[in-house]
Amino acid sequence: MHSHGGGGAESLFFIPAVTALVAYWAGALSPRSGRWPWYRTAFFTMGVAAVLVTVLNPLADLAHEDFAVLSLSHLLAGMLSPLLLVLSRPFTLALRTLDVFPARRLSRLLRSRFARFLSFPVTAAVLNTGGMILMFRTGLLQAMRESMPVHWLVTFHLLAAGYLFTAAMIGRDPSPHRAGYRLRAIVLVLSIAAHNVLAKSIYADPPPGISAAAAEQGALVMYYGGGILELVLIVLLCRQWYASARPRGRVVPATHPRRNQ
Amino acid sequence: MSSTHRTRRSPRLRNLVSGLLFGIGLAGFVDEVVFHQLLQWHHFYDRSTTSVGLFSDGLFHAFGWFAVVAGLFLFADLRRWHETLLQRWIGGVLLGAGVFQLYDGTVQHKLMGLHQIRYEVDLLVYDTVWNVIAVLLILAGAWLTYRTRAAVPREPTASPNA
Repeated sequence: MHSHGGGGAESLFFIPAVTALVAYWAGALSPRSGRWPWYRTAFFTMGVAAVLVTVLNPLADLAHEDFAVLSLSHLLAGMLSPLLLVLSRPFTLALRTLDVFPARRLSRLLRSRFARFLSFPVTAAVLNTGGMILMFRTGLLQAMRESMPVHWLVTFHLLAAGYLFTAAMIGRDPSPHRAGYRLRAIVLVLSIAAHNVLAKSIYADPPPGISAAAAEQGALVMYYGGGILELVLIVLLCRQWYASARPRGRVVPATHPRRNQ
Repeated sequence: MSSTHRTRRSPRLRNLVSGLLFGIGLAGFVDEVVFHQLLQWHHFYDRSTTSVGLFSDGLFHAFGWFAVVAGLFLFADLRRWHETLLQRWIGGVLLGAGVFQLYDGTVQHKLMGLHQIRYEVDLLVYDTVWNVIAVLLILAGAWLTYRTRAAVPREPTASPNA
């Protein structure tokens, strides 16, 4: 098939990817990070790799030919990579290791009205799910398949919206306006439901330009592949609640009722 | 000491809610693993599905996964507070599983035309067995829930006036 961009343009994506990796690694290795856990560095590295492979060949070209591969690359860019990046807590690392003034600026940015608006679970979910619906139910999918730059823009949106959503659900980076567990649980369940419904509707009614057989395969990848990552989000959200609701102080053993204290 | 103990809802309610969530999730899990994947009786999608059916199915599968995980974390929470009422919890599980099964077997399969239990067989037998099991689960769950309506955890929790 036609090779987009002649194989040269994609390699430009190494620049932001390597920049991000160098910045993170430098932070993690600096003494100010305070023995930054190695697994967070691993999460960050894998997160960057997961999104990078979706814009590089062979995956980029394959995704144009095969709808199931496109589904898979959306899972990588829009769900797996954001999950890994959120778990790597990049803002915590930045606040610890940056100099005072840039750190203050970053902290002010995180506390801003705009950041609060974007990281509100409902906004983040609308950006995330809305983008997904637009992609499959408008001419956007066709445009993506015909033009690489559109594919790149969509990939960037998937990553950014996916990060916002994942951070709003299970993020541990400093966020002065973290929503309560009930709201987060409701938004998470509704988002998963929307993902399920959209996957089955793609199965039932293929998007323009996609054959029925290809749509069925892509929908299965979306439904079951997405399901695994959604299950991880559910477990992480519940685990956070579990940790936050632990008994403070001593749990009273059965043999010592604290009657006279 | 009182400041270290936040007000918690009654153990009876917490056991019931944890059981209900786990039961709903368990029924959804069995539906997916046994009937969709292992037996492959259920179909991923059936042309007769109404759009309401598609939404109902998507929502219930999403909620099912959440419920099974949340139900277990709530159960772990009951354990660490020494508030487990096992009979009541099992009652909740049976009740939740039965209600999900009955909803799936009547509203989703029949009214909304979601996939059938199995294809190319006499459906009436399957539908009857499916829904009778659902009703039995509900009855057993309701009986256990009623029986434990005044149950208290065996191990003492922090005394109320501590």
